This record gives sequence, C-alpha cells and structure tokens, in this order.
Amino acid sequence: MDMDAVHAMGMRAELTDAQLVARCRAGDHEAWRELVDRFSRYVYAIAVQAFKLSEHDAEDVFQEVFTRAYEHLDKLRDDEAIRPWLAQLTRRLCIDRLRAGSTEQLEDEVEIADVDDVIGRLDESLAVHEALSMLSDNCQEILDRFFTRDESYRTIGDALDLPSGTIASRISRCLTKLRVEMEGRNLGASPS
Amino acid sequence: MTPVPAYDEEKLGEILSALPPAPEAWVNSAKEIPLSRQGIEQIVRRADADDEYRRRVIEDPEAALEEAEVVAHAETIEILRRRLDADT
Repeated sequence: MDMDAVHAMGMRAELTDAQLVARCRAGDHEAWRELVDRFSRYVYAIAVQAFKLSEHDAEDVFQEVFTRAYEHLDKLRDDEAIRPWLAQLTRRLCIDRLRAGSTEQLEDEVEIADVDDVIGRLDESLAVHEALSMLSDNCQEILDRFFTRDESYRTIGDALDLPSGTIASRISRCLTKLRVEMEGRNLGASPS
Repeated sequence: MTPVPAYDEEKLGEILSALPPAPEAWVNSAKEIPLSRQGIEQIVRRADADDEYRRRVIEDPEAALEEAEVVAHAETIEILRRRLDADT
C-alpha cells in the first residue's frame, strides 16, 4: 500500500467534521472525497454488521447514502453532526431495503436493540480510528493491515519491506502510541 | 468526538477491527458523485437543446451515462430520469 492508499484509509483528521462538511457544501470535490474516506467504513459496517444486508443490497444502500448525503448536505443543521446524520440515513435506507425484500427477515433478524448495540460499537471504533489517524503513516498502515484487513505478519512484512519478525513488536509499539493518543483525547474531552 | 474509556492495547486492537474497509470500488464510486452530477447536468443541457438526443437518452439512459463517462448505477440512472422529467 503506497502513501496515497494510506491517506485513502479515510482516517485523516486535519479537518474537523464540521470543517469538512462546510468545504463539501462549498463545492470542494477534494473535501467530498475525504468525507467519503472518513465515513465509508462506518456506513458499510452499519449495513453489513448491524442490518446484515447482503453484499448486493449493502452496495445499493452504500451508494444511496452518499448520493443523498451529497444532495442534502445543505439540510444538515449542525455540521458537526454529520456522523449521526449519516448513521440515521443508513439505518433508514437499510430498513427500507429489508422491507422491500422480506418482512420476515426484518422482524426475525434485525432487533432494534441489537442494531443500537452494534452502532454503539461502531461509534466507539470510529473514535479509535480517528485517534489512529493522528499517528504516523507507518503506524496507521501496520495497525490497519493487521487489525482491519486481517493480514499476516508475513504479508505485512512483504508489503512494507520489513522483516516479518519485527512486525509483532511494531504493532505493540504502535498500539501503545494509540493508547496514549486515546488517553490524551479523553483528558481533553473531560470537563476541567 | 465519542468519548472512549481507557483501554489496554489488546482492547484497542479489537475495537479497531470493527471497521474493516468498504470495498474499494464502492468507495471510489461514491467519491465520483460530484463528477457524476456534472456529467448528468451536461446530458440534461444537451437533451434540452436536441430532441433526438433526448429521445435516445430516455430510451437508453445507461448508454448516455456511459458516453458521458459516468458510472451508471441504478441511483444515477434514476437521478437522470428525474432531471429529464423535471425539464419536460
């Protein structure tokens, strides 16, 4: 994975969500690409993990979410609320999709409480990915490859031209940096 | 930002794994939405000026989109149809 691909992992955080939305609304196509990068995993995960949509249905929902988001960005009342807005939009479109298919599937497989639990976990994961985006490109790439792409030490070593025997220790060091970053964020978020 | 309680490294790895990447083709397609919109507007403008072209677009919107180098997703075709209807 080259550096463009690292950036395409969608977790850069130079801009706040609100700043990114404002740029999109102003017609900045690069900002739109960044917005898609930032939330593509989240929308995808809601469709396939929370609502258990097939890949085909998930793809339709995924495209429709971003199409509608692009069309209706001006209706977003609070630019910082883009994440819950996208979650709600995805949730609504997934339910529509299930209703259009089988009501039985909707009732049997999708319990609202379960959906809320899964989306809660995804929100938590997104926050950790945001923290990850503050680490070096190298750490982002190693942790992303290992934890979200499920690649072996050997595959990661080959891709990054590193001895596979060093990958475990690199993962450990990067996780420590991530923990420190998360602690800093939580301290920053605490009331003084 | 969603506050996250203090976690050890193992837990952080587990949380990271909850968000695998979406298929690359889907992401690339979503990134092209602004360009798709430009392509659709070009088609609509041309259709406004050329009845024969409009007839061809209505008959085969997918081909018109492909000619304009716009990926013809179901959603894109529907938007083009709506735009042409609105201009009728």
